[in-house]
Amino acid sequence: MSKVKLNTARCKGCGYCVEDCPKKALSFSGNINDKGYDTVQVDDSLCIGCGTCYRVCPDCVFEILE
Amino acid sequence: MKLKAPETVFSTAGFCPGCGHGLASRLIGEVTEELGIQEKTLAVVDVACCSFDIDYWRYDTIMSAHGRDIPTAVGVKHIRPENPVFAYLGDGAAYSIGMAETIHAALRNDNICVFVVNNSVFGMTGGQMAPTTLPHQKTATSPLGKDPARYGTLNVVDVLGKMDIAYLARGELVGAAGMNNCKKLIRKAFEKQLAGEGFSLVELLSPCPTNLNMPPVKARAHVHNEMTKFFPTGEFIDKGGKV
Repeated sequence: MSKVKLNTARCKGCGYCVEDCPKKALSFSGNINDKGYDTVQVDDSLCIGCGTCYRVCPDCVFEILE
Repeated sequence: MKLKAPETVFSTAGFCPGCGHGLASRLIGEVTEELGIQEKTLAVVDVACCSFDIDYWRYDTIMSAHGRDIPTAVGVKHIRPENPVFAYLGDGAAYSIGMAETIHAALRNDNICVFVVNNSVFGMTGGQMAPTTLPHQKTATSPLGKDPARYGTLNVVDVLGKMDIAYLARGELVGAAGMNNCKKLIRKAFEKQLAGEGFSLVELLSPCPTNLNMPPVKARAHVHNEMTKFFPTGEFIDKGGKV
């Protein structure tokens, strides 16, 4: 089950989460959102739900579910 | 551990990618929600980049004249002493245009919280040199770098460090550890106000990728490696407790 929910409509592609993720579970997806930013995607097999991405995201993209 | 954006933060912010204002606004939202004061908190925001917050959070918000957030917040607090009031402004407003207001509010020890987002430039007007610009930093109005022989760099601890205020602290909006620390400082400032101890100022060092002409991740590293040399983080005044 996915530990993190992404609201990619809010993402601005700053890359803070991609750099800070301790398990390297986040990467740029190449999908462009309505505002024209490259959004992030999560690899659920690597994610441990630590919440680092939620803490460093300036745009509240992430929600940690468990 | 469940983590969800606070209820007070609802719309998409108009900030640039990687801006520290989004982080600071979210932390204030989290703290007011945890303290259970989010429905009665009143906010005063500044005209510059902070003004995006007027659409970003659900507090009743006043946008004051540029640099006059602190006296506006003091006025709001006089009329509504039971409501927590905070002023949210940038370094240009607090230390340049509104320096007199900042000093006099500190002299009177008015019972409000002030959150200053320090990004070392005037952000919204196009990245001009500010009092907080680091020596040799290139900005729109100092293309050869700020000359330290002619212009000094203002550290707020030098100005307010000896005053009789409730709380003075600085954190950096960099990484998960920096965010946790900033949240602690913001929480303490609100607790001081709720206890009626007086003026508290928390400075948050923020990246400004657009005006530093850097990618967001690099701008954040600049804050962590360069800005903290001139603006050390920590608690400087904590009345009633050890510093």
